[in-house]
Amino acid sequence: MKGLVAAALLLAVLALTSVFVGVGDVSFGTLFGQEASGQAQQLLLVSRIPRTLAIVLAGMSMAVAGMIMQMLTRNRFVEPSTAGTAESASLGILAVTLLAPELPVFVKMLVASVFALAGTALFLRILRAVPLRSILIVPLIGIMLGGVISAITTFIAYRFDLLQSLNAWMTGDFSGVLRGRYELLWLSFALTVVAYTAAHRFTVAGMGEDFTTNLGLNYKAVLRLGLVIVSLVTAAVVVTVGMIPFLGLIVPNVVSMVMGDNMRRSLPWVALLGAALVLACDIAGRLIRYPYEIPIGTTMGVVGSALFLYLLLRKRRQLG
Amino acid sequence: MIEISKVTKAYGEAVVVNDVSLSLPARGITSIIGPNGAGKSTLLSMVSRLMPMDRGRVMVDGLDVATTPGDVLARRLSILRQDNSVSSRLTVRDLVTFGRYPYSKGRPTVEDRGHVEQAIAYLGLEKLADRFLDELSGGQRQRAFVAMVLCQDTDYVLLDEPLNNLDMKHAVTMMKLLRRAVDELGKTVVLVLHDINFASCYSDHIVAMKDGKVVHQGAPDVLVRPDVLKDIYDLDIAVEEVGGRRIGIYYF
Repeated sequence: MKGLVAAALLLAVLALTSVFVGVGDVSFGTLFGQEASGQAQQLLLVSRIPRTLAIVLAGMSMAVAGMIMQMLTRNRFVEPSTAGTAESASLGILAVTLLAPELPVFVKMLVASVFALAGTALFLRILRAVPLRSILIVPLIGIMLGGVISAITTFIAYRFDLLQSLNAWMTGDFSGVLRGRYELLWLSFALTVVAYTAAHRFTVAGMGEDFTTNLGLNYKAVLRLGLVIVSLVTAAVVVTVGMIPFLGLIVPNVVSMVMGDNMRRSLPWVALLGAALVLACDIAGRLIRYPYEIPIGTTMGVVGSALFLYLLLRKRRQLG
Repeated sequence: MIEISKVTKAYGEAVVVNDVSLSLPARGITSIIGPNGAGKSTLLSMVSRLMPMDRGRVMVDGLDVATTPGDVLARRLSILRQDNSVSSRLTVRDLVTFGRYPYSKGRPTVEDRGHVEQAIAYLGLEKLADRFLDELSGGQRQRAFVAMVLCQDTDYVLLDEPLNNLDMKHAVTMMKLLRRAVDELGKTVVLVLHDINFASCYSDHIVAMKDGKVVHQGAPDVLVRPDVLKDIYDLDIAVEEVGGRRIGIYYF
């Protein structure tokens, strides 16, 4: 409990920092001091706070989505971006943008989550057909499936001159977040809360189908609940800020190493640390080339792939 | 009582369990023995609704396992299969606590906690209770799984090769523990066993399977005889009486 409070404090400090980092002049002075101007307050309310909230909500829910996927596939290296989920969601947004561009963003998100669900289901179906399920083959299959889906997406986008919009969904970026354009992420936060209430069911499912059945739970129902949560969260995040790679992989793995896999206990940690990691990466992205920005998809990609490689090699040592 | 009637399971052409009818008495240890590929584990999986059957019906205390809601059955019958490749990092105590899930749905009461500590103590896991499963040896993990199943506190306990990975001392302790659960708590234990001598020493009833069929059944002194064992295993097994128990000797 003490540790959780400390993690929450760290998150609060990062969130405060995030609110005050940027090109526009926002400080305590410009907000409340002598030279207080309506401009700084405006900037704070319209851009800085929404951006920070968006980061926290997206970070929490994507990290938790990754953890759910790892429990359900019983594989440490599966997350929305290594299972075709995120790529399918982008394909969904592209489809709805082409066919019914006037639909409200909420409906677009729902369409994207249906695609995400279908893509993930396809991934699971392929897994069932693969006889050799080594721990590394599973994410490889997911990455290949994601590659195929995003190739289709890119081809369609190229034909219809939508490559630029596509790029916005594929690479996570919080710089465009303004009030009125991120609120969808509250839905993914709500789903994270749902995941917390169902945490025991996911932990049981993580022990396998036989254990789940023995304990009187319907394995397929747990699987469905998990996949719906993951698909909706992924779709909401991809629609509003774009893909954040590796997040759902690194945070749950690190937490699992220290705390284990009892989700009721580890989920709050995954949520807090997920938000903290994205905040830290976003702040770094804003400072490295100040006053320009590096999108979060890039900073997370660099930090994430390094950590991912470390985890992979570490696992190998344990296995070998 | 477990009533198995005309149960069949086939994988493609291969019929693994062939039209088996059997009734297993309540309160007692029933051991299912037989050579590899006889269909013992498959039968146990079907009885415990882990695997659907192609034909037939299984009733446990009058409940049809195919149609009874999962959580109702989970308070009557528990099952542990032999290959438990659990990759979750759970502590032994967490794992055993999940045995109470059918009752507490994840909110263990004081009474549940009592069951958990008791099950941990029964299997001598006190010192390991806070260790993660992936930090244990195969035998320790096996004991943790059995503790979880016992913690489920069901009238019927089905165990597929519970002595897997256990050393001699822990194997004997496990069998004595199961015997106690039957004698003191009135449980019904059904085991798949490879070691005919454990089956002989601890069972009330032995069922022998071969090629998907039940070929013999009865009390240990009826089953553990050279001619019967020869028929089951196709191996010459001498039977000696040691301390009133029938012991099969087949090592040379």
